[in-house]
Amino acid sequence: MKKLLMQVVTGIAMLSMAGLASAAGISNNVVKIGVLTDMSGVYSAIGGEGSVTAAKMAVADFGGKVLGKKIEVISADHQNKADIASEKAREWFDNDHVDMVIGLLNSGCAIAVQKLGQEKHHIVISTGAGSTALTNKDCSPYGIHYVYDTYSLPKVAASAIIDHGGKTWFFLTADYAFGHSLEENTAKFVKNHGGKVLGQVLHPLATSDFSSYLLQAQSSGAKVIGLANAGGDFVNAVKQAREFGIVQGGQTIAGMLVFLSDVKSLGLDVAQGMEFATAFYWNRDAASRKWSERYFKKTGAMPTMNQAGVYSATMHYLKAIKAAGTDNSDAVMKAFRAMKIDDFFSQNGYLRPDGTMVHDMFLAEVKKPSESKGPWDLLKIIKTVPGDEAFMPMSEGSCSFVKK
Amino acid sequence: MHLNIHMVLAQLMLGLNNGVFYALLSLGLAVIFGMLNIINFAHGALYMLGAFVALLGYTKLGPLLGMPGFHVNYWAALIVAPLVVALVGVLIEKTMLKRLYKVDHLYGLLLTFGLALVIQGVFTNYFNVSGTPYNAMPASLKGVVNLGFMIFPKYRLWSIGISLAVCFGTWFLAERTKLGSQLRAGTENPSLVQAFGINVPLLVTLTYGYGVALAAFAGVVAAPIYSVSPLMGSDVIITVFAVVVIGGMGSIMGSIVTGLALGMVEGLTKVVYPPAANTVIFFMMILVLLVKPAGLFGRE
Repeated sequence: MKKLLMQVVTGIAMLSMAGLASAAGISNNVVKIGVLTDMSGVYSAIGGEGSVTAAKMAVADFGGKVLGKKIEVISADHQNKADIASEKAREWFDNDHVDMVIGLLNSGCAIAVQKLGQEKHHIVISTGAGSTALTNKDCSPYGIHYVYDTYSLPKVAASAIIDHGGKTWFFLTADYAFGHSLEENTAKFVKNHGGKVLGQVLHPLATSDFSSYLLQAQSSGAKVIGLANAGGDFVNAVKQAREFGIVQGGQTIAGMLVFLSDVKSLGLDVAQGMEFATAFYWNRDAASRKWSERYFKKTGAMPTMNQAGVYSATMHYLKAIKAAGTDNSDAVMKAFRAMKIDDFFSQNGYLRPDGTMVHDMFLAEVKKPSESKGPWDLLKIIKTVPGDEAFMPMSEGSCSFVKK
Repeated sequence: MHLNIHMVLAQLMLGLNNGVFYALLSLGLAVIFGMLNIINFAHGALYMLGAFVALLGYTKLGPLLGMPGFHVNYWAALIVAPLVVALVGVLIEKTMLKRLYKVDHLYGLLLTFGLALVIQGVFTNYFNVSGTPYNAMPASLKGVVNLGFMIFPKYRLWSIGISLAVCFGTWFLAERTKLGSQLRAGTENPSLVQAFGINVPLLVTLTYGYGVALAAFAGVVAAPIYSVSPLMGSDVIITVFAVVVIGGMGSIMGSIVTGLALGMVEGLTKVVYPPAANTVIFFMMILVLLVKPAGLFGRE
């Protein structure tokens, strides 16, 4: 019996480590881009294989070569665990001659890899992680935070929701760096904007049953239930809030980080009317539509802001190498900063010294089923917030090497 | 968080709701382990498969057959999905598992673990891991009921009722019927039972089929509550194995009672100290293993 139990316990341990992915790549004398993302877990619909496809599209569109040398894309699964992410990145930097790492869907992973990049002088571009620590406490001269952060998202969404009467808030927060940071920043905006926070409850990452937490939110009487989580957690929480009659009872659900894939997963019936901040929507203008339709042909899904961000950042990185005439990280960072980023993804974008890629953000609203004309016709953009308004001013930040 | 009796009752109710899923899943594991001596790590994947059979039957089967109006509705899925998954189970048993009964448990564990990764990988490749909604909930189960201390969705009430009925039905089948006694005898001494003219290999195959059908059934019942996602099995299976360890491997009543009880313990933890909610079961597992290494209902 004892032996058997040991085996079961071993099995449990194995399950929790499941899916150790591997990536190959040996050659030198190439520009190598490593896409480190969540390939199989709770965030894989947001980034995952789609991010790899986006990076490969950028390389192909650039011509496959830069300064006469081949560009290669490799990928691996960081499993949303910081130790696995930094181990993989270390292997890439030390043995596989990877020049730049992009992706990183989880703030814990992003902070760990960005630190490693700083130590080894490699550029690390986070397109999915949210925590503002990446450009403040843990900022790196080689770190780029490209798509959104936990300041810009609530800055755009929370103020709109409060203006519409959502004065009292209760938070359901994913219990790790990203959730904490998102909740803290949102709470700040709520208070500054004349709102009040009535309480919060922490839940583990990848929770399937939110009913207990939702009941606590319900009994708090708060007008708005703020979800400081993402991906599958967000989807389950919204679905169950509806099931328990919370939305029908007059409380509003506000997602602080919502992806297109989440809205798709919920369906318009459930999600209609929801307002949230986004950095990108495929059907926003002609350029975004054109790129997204190409992406759709390859993957069968419209891109999330994250996947679009991976393409845009990879493209800009390659342009920076060309401009700098070298893939030396210091020179590339300088060139990266020197060029404006204006493409189908980013409007009025530029890279700040602290690593924030400042660009316009949008307030989106989920369409009613009657307004939608196709399976991916899900959102309307109701407001554009200029980058300098949406992102935290550097003067309020705490990045050690930025002179105030 | 202000604690009052309503709050506690409400959380117990929600805990019971999770508990019935734990019970259904750990029951299947117990039945399979009791008869086959196999630690079925593919159980979570088969639970997920059950939910997907229901989902695909509802959304994809009609168009595939050229009849866009045709759906396998929820009630039909409750029967069909477990049958389909049981067939998959029989196939697995006949072609692979059957070769492993004589060797160490570890081989069965490795095989089923590998199967789980393969099944999960295939589904992750084709479906949104954030989940796909299963909108086949019958109209009669929509809406909410006022229980006095809380508003409770009708569907969840139904899911508790039907799951409990299936759990206790299984217990009755195994402990109180002739077929059940043959099963149990077959576990104790297969060659002797075979000498009485009972087809033990057939019993074994059917048992595996029944065990995984229970998992698929849980999957269908869970589908309207949670999103149907390739990861739904791996999310729940670790907890279920802890339930099995606490209850004692192979004990049928043990796995039912432990599943229900741990669901409620978890529910209460979510109010008292939410961050511990996903570790409390493992904490209990350690405690039980220290005091009673064979589990609460297990035999040494």
